Amino acid sequence: MILPRSLPWHRPLRSLLPLAALPLVGGCDMVVLNPAGDVARQQADVLMISVGLMLLIIIPVMALTVWFAWKYRASNEKATYKPNWDHSTALELVIWSGPLLIVIALGALTWISTHLLDPYRPIGQISSGKPVPENQKPLEIQVVSLDWKWLFIYPEQGIATVNRLVLPVDRQVSFRLSSSSVMNTFYVPAMAGMIYTMPGMETKLHAVLNKPGTFEGMSAHYSGAGFSYMNFKTTSTDTAGFDKFVAGVKAMPNRLDTARYLELEKPSEKVPPMGFGGIEQGLFTRIVQMCVKPGTPCMTESMQHGGGHGSAVNSRLPQQGERTKGALEKAPSEYGVSPHSSGDAPEGSSAAPGATDPGSDANRNMTRNATPAMPGRRAPALG
Amino acid sequence: MSDTLTKLIFGRLTIESFPIHEPIIVMTFIAVAIGGAAVLAALTYFKLWGYLWKEWFTTVDHKKIGIMYMILGIVMLLRGFADAIMMRSQQAIAFGQNEGFLNAHHYDQVFTAHGVIMIFFVAMPFVTGLMNYIVPLQIGARDVSFPFLNNFSFWMTASGVVIVMASLFVGEFARTGWLAFAPLSGLDYSPDVGVDYYIWALQLAGVGTLLSGVNLIATIVKMRAPGMGLMKMPIFTWSALVTNILIVAAFPVLTAVLAMLSLDRYVGTNFFTNTLGGNPMMYVNMIWIWGHPEVYILVLPVFGVFSEVVSTFSSKRLFGYTSMVYALLVITILSYLVWLHHFFTMGSGASVNSFFGITTMIISIPTGAKIFNWLFTMYRGRIRYELPMMWAIAFMLTFTIGGMTGVLLAVPPADFVLHNSLFLVAHFHNVIIGAVVFGTFAGINYWFPKAFGFKLDRTWGLVSFWCWFVGFWVAFTPLYVLGLMGITRRLRHFDDPSLQIWFVIAAVGAAIIAVGIAAFLIQIAVSVLNRDKLRDVTGDPWDGRSLEWATSSPPPDYNFAFTPVVHDMDAWYDMKSHKYARPTEGFQPIHMPSNTWAGIVIAGVSTVFGLAMVWYIWWLAALSFVAVIGVAIFHTFNYKRDFHIPVEEVIETELRRTADLQAAGA
Repeated sequence: MILPRSLPWHRPLRSLLPLAALPLVGGCDMVVLNPAGDVARQQADVLMISVGLMLLIIIPVMALTVWFAWKYRASNEKATYKPNWDHSTALELVIWSGPLLIVIALGALTWISTHLLDPYRPIGQISSGKPVPENQKPLEIQVVSLDWKWLFIYPEQGIATVNRLVLPVDRQVSFRLSSSSVMNTFYVPAMAGMIYTMPGMETKLHAVLNKPGTFEGMSAHYSGAGFSYMNFKTTSTDTAGFDKFVAGVKAMPNRLDTARYLELEKPSEKVPPMGFGGIEQGLFTRIVQMCVKPGTPCMTESMQHGGGHGSAVNSRLPQQGERTKGALEKAPSEYGVSPHSSGDAPEGSSAAPGATDPGSDANRNMTRNATPAMPGRRAPALG
Repeated sequence: MSDTLTKLIFGRLTIESFPIHEPIIVMTFIAVAIGGAAVLAALTYFKLWGYLWKEWFTTVDHKKIGIMYMILGIVMLLRGFADAIMMRSQQAIAFGQNEGFLNAHHYDQVFTAHGVIMIFFVAMPFVTGLMNYIVPLQIGARDVSFPFLNNFSFWMTASGVVIVMASLFVGEFARTGWLAFAPLSGLDYSPDVGVDYYIWALQLAGVGTLLSGVNLIATIVKMRAPGMGLMKMPIFTWSALVTNILIVAAFPVLTAVLAMLSLDRYVGTNFFTNTLGGNPMMYVNMIWIWGHPEVYILVLPVFGVFSEVVSTFSSKRLFGYTSMVYALLVITILSYLVWLHHFFTMGSGASVNSFFGITTMIISIPTGAKIFNWLFTMYRGRIRYELPMMWAIAFMLTFTIGGMTGVLLAVPPADFVLHNSLFLVAHFHNVIIGAVVFGTFAGINYWFPKAFGFKLDRTWGLVSFWCWFVGFWVAFTPLYVLGLMGITRRLRHFDDPSLQIWFVIAAVGAAIIAVGIAAFLIQIAVSVLNRDKLRDVTGDPWDGRSLEWATSSPPPDYNFAFTPVVHDMDAWYDMKSHKYARPTEGFQPIHMPSNTWAGIVIAGVSTVFGLAMVWYIWWLAALSFVAVIGVAIFHTFNYKRDFHIPVEEVIETELRRTADLQAAGA
């Protein structure tokens, strides 16, 4: 199917969009409707066009409801009363075909825009009226959601960061995403819609940021105790700034190798941004194939099928002691306890700081996991 | 006693499982314990145990079971709403340095419990209760097809409630979100009792829901009064029929997916694990195959309620009955073709996403047609603004907006930016509160005089209505706005202080709704106190149109002394306009089902089984499982299942009604 580069109708309609948004906007920063990235902007356009189409029928219905409710009140003896009138073929035709027409329009919009804005599809334009330069290679970034922080690997630059995403303005970005344990969604509202990250699977997202600035990024899918702090800043900067950022991280002594990754992967929360000046080649592939731990065979080694979107089924064989026993297989001594939900520090974490440091702000932190110390924590220098 | 022996006896239940160090829970527990003890003492003091056991717990009367469902729903509404207040308070204060008053461990249980309770133990009992009470009356039947099964279904639902409530005080509830997505809900990431509580509460309640669905289908198909062809069935009964078809088709999917999750957790299979061939996406897929029809299971019965209410209070025949029925059928079928819209963002291809987006939009056509039909029922009517009609108008205005945001979320590119956001949260509360809750209150205000013989107080009803209506919009408009600001759901803390004002407004809205709930309880109390003033002896206080209004309020145990004969869709209106004369002689003894202890006992033992499974107390689980089977088999040898109401009693009841009607001048 041949598709246009962007939604062809958004230009003439765009001037009308603020009107439709009027009841919604209260002077606040609606990043979803006014994003900094072209993909999110097109998604916002689809959103507003859809609302506009639906209002064609919603407004009359609500107006009629109020009008009829008032006009035919029992005390209004002047209004016509026809207690046995219960059918009108003409009216029935209208009330079924009116919504049908709207849905046909909306369906056409849906079909085209869904294909155009498919996150797996490379972007068709940098921004409105600005095509992708032919020689521009997309910047590849590998994203891994860990418990409870984000790892970003820049394979071409040979660097990696945690909880810090820096992108060059107007450069198309190709994200490859996965997760280490449970599901999350990767969401930078200013850039593009969200996409799930799932263990043992790879998803893709193509996007671009058109304005320099710093934007919120987050996990939008609940993933456990540290979920609320699983957010990160996304900065877009010019090429020089990006190069400076890369050089700054590159100069950091830490290297993201297998051992460091396995340490990083452990649950922690409120993790400040980190940078790694070097990365181990092929780490992301091994994360997706769930074979980072030395000695574990990768999915592709133990199975044959698999495909374009990354294989959905991980049928890797179990390692010694790796398989989780079901409750009925456990000896009584293996049951563990299930304490009532309390502020007690669970096994493995340090004592509450209240005892050692009574004035600390950290005392307000009643979340389950204390932030473990990560060696070499340092914010990457930014351009 | 050795540790192993202790664990063999008590499983993983230890003293730490009790909330001795949790002030909120201890206070709640003390309040519940004192309140509970007071209730129990009062029951004993007034010698009500025998009455409750004989007249209520063991009853097979669909009317009493319907009332018990409604009471269960109201009680659980208070619990679920308490969770809502905690969430709204936490989100209103937890900004910057302030961590709020709930830690993640607690907060995550609260939002999970809120969703589970509101869907399974508030909305479901409400719609089941309404269908249970009204459907047999509307079709002129004396009870449902399987009265014992009906009692058993109720107690299995109650069993699920007991398990959820137990998790508040012993151990903890799931910290997974209300659908317990794998792999988070698997043993690897949720080894505690929370998910097990979730599984067993839903599995036991699910037995009740499924059996109740079978029962009502059989009732509607087989027990309609003579003359009531399918296209003369009252529209509420039609919606009950399609709802129960949906229940019977959808709930086994939930049972199966939860059974597979249990197998993962109990015997170490790998359906939904990350490794060994498991696929967590399949859990998401399958639970939504149940989950989307579930939405229609909740909303279709209240569409039926609104159809009855709008027609009655507009004093007019329902506009477009036939198209209403076809709309119901189309919605029923389409509701199975849309579930994937719950996970557009999981990486399906564009064509798949478009297909499910467009099927979802198509559902809005029959739904829109229903709205128009209510609208044109009002057109050229004489609308009486009694409480049920006010709820109906509020529903039409609120639900329209909720429907619009729903269709918006069905457009995949829009969903990509709104999925998992507070916009989504606002949307589904908009349709569930706007339709299911408003419909339940319309139904309660509409049929309360039928069930108890007196109307509900109007003043407090108005307070409740306006607080709910205004409170809803104050609470959820900010969530729509926040969603468009890119704020996502289930967060317990925020960094950006500029957002706080929106959450404070939402909390104010929740407080207004709290007043609405309190006013509803006061409304019932005031009405009971003033019942003599509010009394209706005619059995037809609203100038009703369907058969439930043909009998006395409350109806006698046998509903109708003579089975009515139906000639029109609005059977009772038709009878009234043809000067129907109520028969006053020729009565016969009436064959009725006997009460039975079996339902509450089997459900009670099932509850023990569920709790034993949660806590790994295998000996108790085995014992109670055998006991469930044993009691069920034993019950099959009970041949005293029916009796005849003696003709003298029928004559006495009917004479009293004749006298009442004459006194009322009817």
